[in-house]
Amino acid sequence: MTENSLDKQRSQKAAANDVAIELLGINKHFGPVHANKNIDLKIRRGTVHGIVGENGAGKTTLMSILYGFYTADSGQIQVDGEIVVIKDSSHALRLGIGMVHQHFMLVDNFTVLENVILGAEDSPLLKTSLARARAVLSQLAKDYELEVDPDALIEDLSVGGQQRVEILKALYRGAQTLILDEPTGVLTPSEADHLFKVLETLRAQGKTIILITHKLREIMAITDDVSVMRQGAMVKTLETKDTDPAELAELMVGRRVLLRVEKGEANPGDVFLSVSGLEVKDDMGVTRVKGVDIDVRAGEIVGIAGVAGNGQSDLLEAVTGMRQASAGKIHIKGKELSFSGDAGGSLVRKLGLAHVPEDRQGAGLVVDFEQWENAILGYQDDDKYGKGVFLSIAAARKAAKEHIEKYDIRPANNRLKTASFSGGNQQKIVLAREMSSNPDVLVIGQPTRGVDIGAIEFIHKQIIAMRDADKAVLLVSVELDEIRSLADRILVMFDGHIVGEVDPATATEAELGLLMAGVQQSATESGSKNLDNNKERG
Amino acid sequence: MSVRKPLPRWADLILIPFLNLTLAFLISGLVVLLIGENPLEAVQILLYGAFGYGEGLGYTLHFATNFVFAGLAFSIASHAGQFNIGAEGQAYIAGLGAILVALALDQTHWLIVMPLAMLAAGALGGFWGFVPGYLAAKRGSHVVITTIMFNFIAAAIMVYLLNNVLKEPSNMAPESASVVNAGKMPQLREFWDYFGYAPVNVMMFVAIAALIFTYILLWRTEFGYKIRTLGKNSNAAHYAGISNSAIVMISMTIAGAMAGMIALNEVLGVQNRLVLDFVFGYGFVGIAVGLMGRNHPIGIALAAILFGALYQGGQELAFMMPAVTREMILVIQALVILFTGAMEGLFRGPLETIFGMIELSKGSSNSSPSSPVGTQKKNATASVSKEN
Repeated sequence: MTENSLDKQRSQKAAANDVAIELLGINKHFGPVHANKNIDLKIRRGTVHGIVGENGAGKTTLMSILYGFYTADSGQIQVDGEIVVIKDSSHALRLGIGMVHQHFMLVDNFTVLENVILGAEDSPLLKTSLARARAVLSQLAKDYELEVDPDALIEDLSVGGQQRVEILKALYRGAQTLILDEPTGVLTPSEADHLFKVLETLRAQGKTIILITHKLREIMAITDDVSVMRQGAMVKTLETKDTDPAELAELMVGRRVLLRVEKGEANPGDVFLSVSGLEVKDDMGVTRVKGVDIDVRAGEIVGIAGVAGNGQSDLLEAVTGMRQASAGKIHIKGKELSFSGDAGGSLVRKLGLAHVPEDRQGAGLVVDFEQWENAILGYQDDDKYGKGVFLSIAAARKAAKEHIEKYDIRPANNRLKTASFSGGNQQKIVLAREMSSNPDVLVIGQPTRGVDIGAIEFIHKQIIAMRDADKAVLLVSVELDEIRSLADRILVMFDGHIVGEVDPATATEAELGLLMAGVQQSATESGSKNLDNNKERG
Repeated sequence: MSVRKPLPRWADLILIPFLNLTLAFLISGLVVLLIGENPLEAVQILLYGAFGYGEGLGYTLHFATNFVFAGLAFSIASHAGQFNIGAEGQAYIAGLGAILVALALDQTHWLIVMPLAMLAAGALGGFWGFVPGYLAAKRGSHVVITTIMFNFIAAAIMVYLLNNVLKEPSNMAPESASVVNAGKMPQLREFWDYFGYAPVNVMMFVAIAALIFTYILLWRTEFGYKIRTLGKNSNAAHYAGISNSAIVMISMTIAGAMAGMIALNEVLGVQNRLVLDFVFGYGFVGIAVGLMGRNHPIGIALAAILFGALYQGGQELAFMMPAVTREMILVIQALVILFTGAMEGLFRGPLETIFGMIELSKGSSNSSPSSPVGTQKKNATASVSKEN
């Protein structure tokens, strides 16, 4: 095929030039936003090059320019020493640049093979395309330890497996340089380890890898070079061996950052939130939470760790009255939570529970509302915001202003549309509202998802402050680091069960990882059987 | 994504409708030109016919009254996230309530008839909105489908009732008995002969009150806050402990009741009896009124007057310019509806780009103060794309 000869040409050129990709003076504006400011970047061939930065620092924009998704306003791109103008992503692919997106671009009910050839069919007849792809795929699998059953349906694969398919797709199209955008966000620790092994093999075979991430640990573990971006500008490119996480964090934020949260000893008091024998079914009728008992005491933070999709979200929804439990009991400060229909959301607030939902834009906020309108969401019936049927706009705006001041929400404008706030500030709008309601129990899902480092630090401090004010805090997060640094006790959830409790002070990452992956649990064999039954039913 | 920027409020509320209207009139002008008439003269006749003298203005306001109610019927439901295209049927069935009350109390006083007729019409129209609302809230049926079907059901019921129940034996036409005294809505011409024979009546003031009521309901009450929350993000409404099903049912009922007011304006204001098809498509035009008015009472008032003027001025035009037939008027009205309703996004994209470029040129001249806010905005978009 022509691709092979292209490969050869490329490798010949490569020998003459050690730089795979060079960006010179890249500028990109989105309206008033200067997303990329005069960026220079050299990617050495055969290396893993990390790009770190806060959300909105311009990493993804830069890579999208390289991948032909956006066109730069000005600047130059050189691939293998040749100046190119990348028109679109298929052009980028022809130049040997492939991208693995954060959210996979796969057709769920197609097989692996069908997904791999999608858009790269080389014959109008599927059969010949598939046959060729099968041969290439088995070769690739051998070369790079990327074993995936070519005939498996995507929806039957694990998240890690789906990611391997994405990588295979790029390699099948002849990618020499692979861009991975936040590849470990959805993986378990062991899956992430596997990914890193694959990346190492790819590097050993001469491929170039660009890794976008905000996890400094990964940068230190796998990259050769690391570039730090801040507010659209390239701050510095370093060799990884010459730097450390503290320096990188400082470069990212522009000031010193506490990577570990400072907190005192917990002083657990009475049980404020008690969950016993809880079972929860999802919308499809599949049991997601299978008999969970949790007690959260005043003055402690209980963290629930687990890979996304093991029932944590459903547990949260049940505890916060957004979903009816199918069995078991929930008590908030001794009062049982029982409701019918849609009434749960207002009932839990009456019982003294505040809820920061996992999906702030999907549920916690109305992004089309002005900030002050969101400052009363869920508390619209409070007499504070107007007695009787009327709404006191003045009172709501005043509360919003107080939230802005106390929680340093920026820009400090309560008439601004919520969609115009950054992710971190949107999260602060939700936190401010929920914490200001002075609850006894605070339930928080993914407190810092999509939030940048500066805001993370602030949010963590606020959560600790709630604990120190003798509130019971239940925290669910897929960020292990976050759980470990915040929680006073960690419960690990797997397949709808709490499979273990660990002490964050002594637990190792490996220990947690094994629990999260469902290993070390002989007692819950029946649990996995339940899962199979459910699948059949579903 | 290109260089785009959400439009400022004034552009959204004024500039876009203005551009859409201009385009609609330009194309209408071409149509007039095509049939060999002078478009400028046509505009002149249309405007004079609609606003130039008392009777014309009276008709314009009478039509506008209908459009206000129909527009509100669409918009209130729209704020709750429901696409109510059943104002036609809701108004039609409400006519039954209006006429029955008016006939029964014809010998009393209009001050007694009017509130009771409003109540009866509102109840029937409201019920006609409530049922689709109930089906949507409890059974997940789509209101577009159910309200269309309810329009048909209303039409069929009214034909049956008019032919078999309400028709007086001595009358050949399918219509009810007429009200002669208190059942008639007081006409403004009775107080001010400026309006000539135009049927504009007290319901015009009810329409103004309905606009104010809607504004207060949606933006000044807890219930309105709940409606708007549900319409914009039903998950957030659920999270906030708002009963989605109750809001849908109640707002659809209010919407239906609003549509029901058309019945008073037409049945007791013009016809003085129940006739077939008295709603005459006002309910459907209400969709365009609501869309053009951006679901805001002020916008709805302006859009209603515009459509009232088109109806009245259009009739005048057909009369004065024989080459412009009634069908031509319909073409012009349809063009306005097309550009302001169905294709209201036509100018949005280009305008957003233009505003983005204006902002950009401003931004580069004083880049340093604007950049922190800019970064914030970028953050927002970045996290949106990340999380979805």
